[in-house]
Amino acid sequence: MAKSALLKSSLAKKYWMAFTGLFLCLFLVGHLFGNLQLLIPVSEGARDQFNEYALFMTTNPAVKVLSYLTYISIIFHAIDGILLTLHNRKARPQGYVSFKPSTNTMWSSRNMGVLGTVILAFIVVHMTMFWGEMKFGGLDDTVYTTANGEEVKDLYTLTIKTFQDAQYGLLWAIAYAVAMLAIGFHLSHGFSSGFQSLGVNHPKYNGFIKKFGFAFAVLVPLAFAVIPFYIHFVLEKI
Amino acid sequence: MGNFESNAPKGPLAEKWTKHKNDINLVNPANKRNIDVIVVGTGLAGGSAAATLAELGYNVKTFCYQDSPRRAHSIAAQGGINAAKNYQGDGDSIYRLFYDTIKGGDYRSRESNVYRLAEVSGNIIDQCVAQGVPFAREYGGLLDNRSFGGVLVSRTFYAKGQTGQQLLLGAYSAMNRQINRGKIKAYNRHEMLDIVKVDGKARGIIARNLVTGELERHSAHAVVIASGGYGNVFFLSTNAMGSNVTASWKIHKKGAYFANPCFTQIHPTCIPVSGDHQSKLTLMSESLRNDGRIWVPKKKEDAEAIRAGKKKPTELSEDERDYYLERRYPAFGNLVPRDVASRAAKERCDAGFGVNKTGEAVYLDFSSAIMRYGKEEATTRKINNPSDAKIKELGKEVVEAKYGNLFQMYEKIVDQNPYETPMMIYPAVHYTMGGVWVDYNLQTTIPGCYAIGEANFSDHGANRLGASALMQGLADGYFVLPYTIGNYLADDIRTGAIPTDSPEFEAAETEVRERLDKLVNNKGTKSVDHFHKLLGKIMWNKVGMARNEKGLKEAIKEIKELREEFWKDVRVPGTVNEMNAELEKAGRVADFLELGELFAKDALHRNESCGGHFREEYQTEEGEALRDDENFMYVAAWEYTGNPADAILHKEDLDYENIEVKTRSYK
Amino acid sequence: MNLTLKIWRQKNAESKGKVVTYQVSDISPDMSFLEMMDVLNEQLIEKGDEPVAFDHDCREGICGSCNLQINGEPHGPDRGVTTCQLHMRRFKDGDTIVIEPFRAKAFPIIKDLVVDRSAFDRIQQAGGYISVNTSGNTQDANSIPVEKENADMSFYAATCIGCGACVAACKNASAMLFTSAKVSQFALLPQGEVEADRRVLQMVEQMDKEGFGNCTNTGACEIECPKGISLENIARMNREYLKASVK
Repeated sequence: MAKSALLKSSLAKKYWMAFTGLFLCLFLVGHLFGNLQLLIPVSEGARDQFNEYALFMTTNPAVKVLSYLTYISIIFHAIDGILLTLHNRKARPQGYVSFKPSTNTMWSSRNMGVLGTVILAFIVVHMTMFWGEMKFGGLDDTVYTTANGEEVKDLYTLTIKTFQDAQYGLLWAIAYAVAMLAIGFHLSHGFSSGFQSLGVNHPKYNGFIKKFGFAFAVLVPLAFAVIPFYIHFVLEKI
Repeated sequence: MGNFESNAPKGPLAEKWTKHKNDINLVNPANKRNIDVIVVGTGLAGGSAAATLAELGYNVKTFCYQDSPRRAHSIAAQGGINAAKNYQGDGDSIYRLFYDTIKGGDYRSRESNVYRLAEVSGNIIDQCVAQGVPFAREYGGLLDNRSFGGVLVSRTFYAKGQTGQQLLLGAYSAMNRQINRGKIKAYNRHEMLDIVKVDGKARGIIARNLVTGELERHSAHAVVIASGGYGNVFFLSTNAMGSNVTASWKIHKKGAYFANPCFTQIHPTCIPVSGDHQSKLTLMSESLRNDGRIWVPKKKEDAEAIRAGKKKPTELSEDERDYYLERRYPAFGNLVPRDVASRAAKERCDAGFGVNKTGEAVYLDFSSAIMRYGKEEATTRKINNPSDAKIKELGKEVVEAKYGNLFQMYEKIVDQNPYETPMMIYPAVHYTMGGVWVDYNLQTTIPGCYAIGEANFSDHGANRLGASALMQGLADGYFVLPYTIGNYLADDIRTGAIPTDSPEFEAAETEVRERLDKLVNNKGTKSVDHFHKLLGKIMWNKVGMARNEKGLKEAIKEIKELREEFWKDVRVPGTVNEMNAELEKAGRVADFLELGELFAKDALHRNESCGGHFREEYQTEEGEALRDDENFMYVAAWEYTGNPADAILHKEDLDYENIEVKTRSYK
Repeated sequence: MNLTLKIWRQKNAESKGKVVTYQVSDISPDMSFLEMMDVLNEQLIEKGDEPVAFDHDCREGICGSCNLQINGEPHGPDRGVTTCQLHMRRFKDGDTIVIEPFRAKAFPIIKDLVVDRSAFDRIQQAGGYISVNTSGNTQDANSIPVEKENADMSFYAATCIGCGACVAACKNASAMLFTSAKVSQFALLPQGEVEADRRVLQMVEQMDKEGFGNCTNTGACEIECPKGISLENIARMNREYLKASVK
């Protein structure tokens, strides 16, 4: 009984949701530290540093394991979310004539599915733009020669050019900001919710978890969102 | 007719129950599997009895009109449950609890039963703790106690103001365990509408499925009635809307004697009626009288001005107020027993000093308590020369800590802030000590039919002490009935299942069906509530807190007329074969209309004042109750003969071998 | 005051329901919400119509019978009260009030505003008890001390009245608050700890079987609960279940 309980029960769904969600929060932090290197002025060797970093991230076996874990988490998180949403719909086949959830819940907590879908769409676009280019894009126009002479994709130039593009650069920056807004709202509920699902709820620590979660939900997406604008408006053109 | 013997075992008081348990017949476990028991009502008594019987091995069927056993009205009990544990080391004992209960009941209860109640009281607490009832505890981890009115020791166990709820959930969880094992079949949203007797023995019931409206036959080797009290005969009471006398009344009509129907407890501290729309009264814990002072204006003009909304109570100075309890009972003051406090409030309001719109309310004032506590608090906090405002603020904090939830509840209902203006209270019907007559085994005069909890008459005499109702319900259900019923069922081990296609079942079902059809087809002009309200008015005005011969005679006549009117002119919409709340109510009110008459008849025959029964003709010069032990030290058990007015009186004399009978005085 | 009521009417479980509009007048602000419903029903009976069926019993906020969804919220706009404790002074003259039954797949409608909440009973039957016989031969009540803080928390969890507002308020119609309150009550007491694993597994299994939705931690249940049962209980159940299922 116990075994199937951990796979099928409603509570198990919550554990997986929480577990993968919180893992993805860690991933976000890692990703952000990588991105912050884009703020380095071009003249100070940003291209080299960022591309070397990108190379490390794509080749190091430990990072590889982590990245596969991340992909699995995203897929699991999304599928679990879809299953949850479908199941929850079934739990109330006939809706209320009048229902005022705004009186007792936060908007974000009720719209995790919608926010999640937006985020998923963003991930697909984002992956195609950079990760896909990096992996399958070939080496036509942007080539970077690594320290040990290997030729790889110049991810730095690709990124900077995308956001500095005269025609679409600003639009991309705005699109990214919107996606980050969705992530922010998603996190504003998801972060503390993950702890609750895993059973971490104690009056002594709840305040801290809530505040930390809120700060996380505001600061991390904000930092992500600022970078494209910085590239577009502030960074020297390449 | 059945057996009208108390069947109390002989021998010394303290050994009666043990001896009796050793003497009675037992049913062996294999045979219990072949025996069915029906329990009607799933409150503290019914729930605990059902669980225990099932655990012993009987096949139990429970019936309740609510959608879940957990909603029975035992859940609303606030204060606590008494038990002679002597955890506080203050000299409590089984004897003392026994003595307090007999005395509190004004010497109108059976010694042997009350002693047994006190004897098993300790077991109840053990049992409930083992079941996971979260009683209040002290920091050392042991159980806490509080004291309650009318006694000199601290023996009340409690769970905040929700003791009844917690105990009922305990009994309900014990039931759930047996339901899960298949030993109890719970028929919720079912109402018993008659008992079926075969060869003079109780062998089943006719119940109506309240969802589909279908009538069902259920057979058993014994039937236990645990359907609570009949306070709703007054329309307004602290009982639940659905609380009714139907099960008790049906068995009464089939041969069970009904004992002391006029013994009703009127609780002094309820929130007053605010208008004709009122459907129910809310109790405020008796503990408020520890700190509140009860008063009405001294001058009638002031009372009138307050009623008209022209004056505020806070505008009256101390000498313009009449603290009538302190005036009349200097020794006990505001802490006189329930019946005394209730009557005194009525007396003042009848004389024209009532203070709310309806003229039926008195003040319960916390301003002096607030100032007193404020001063104490200022001293302990070392505040020198505090201002009045500061004292008031500190005092309010203390009062809030003690009664915060009650004050909040009051404010929700009345929309007045009791910290600023005195509360208004008025007495309300709360509990019925009378009920189905039972012997020592809790068996009624119908063989095989038992009555437990508030439904029976047994343990509280003419007045019940606070925190004793829960004790009695659970004692009957957990520890008494499951054993005594074996004595009867031992003869039934070879009977086999009782068929439900017998002519007796047929006849009972037909009778029930005809009555339901009659109600639905009556197509009169007045709603059920219309009649219920009128009945309540008659009961409250003439058979209420103070009764007299003239009023009672009028009441008997008026109730009879109202009953006839009811059957002529009641309108019950809808049909029988569906969920029909009006039809349910109609059946219950029809029974109340019969019970009310017997109630008044009982009050009329009892020419004395005792406990909750106060006859104006029988009082001392100071207006206190005057008991007549010479002529009325008996249980009045009424036998139904076709009409409440023609009920035959049977007397069970009460012998007090272990207690000296005294007069209660609170001067 | 005068009010317009939009009430869900449904003849029985099989039939399709609809909203019917009624007018009531002369409603006193001192009335409770259910007394206002009584006025409406008296009016309907007088006209020869069928009164509106709704569950109610104690009318003092403890039995858990009453369960109306009023203007989109279980037990109406006030916090910490049941429908029977809601007073009409909370509304204004001329208001329109929408009254519906609690809705969930696990709470099928029986008639009008009456729903079947027996799913709650079945969850409790699955394990919401301590397996101890009621023989009276248990040990003395004071033989096992219980830390006051735990006893108090257990009590607060046990104050649940089983009304179903948590399910009604939850956008997922989840019964986690109800189930966790019972699990918590016993898990916090030494008497209940003994069979805590079995209890939580069985109760959750039954809860899932009944067709309630999942918890997504929106917290609506805690806010609408008339007894203020805390979300801490849900977290405790999550812990207990995790512990029990990895064992």
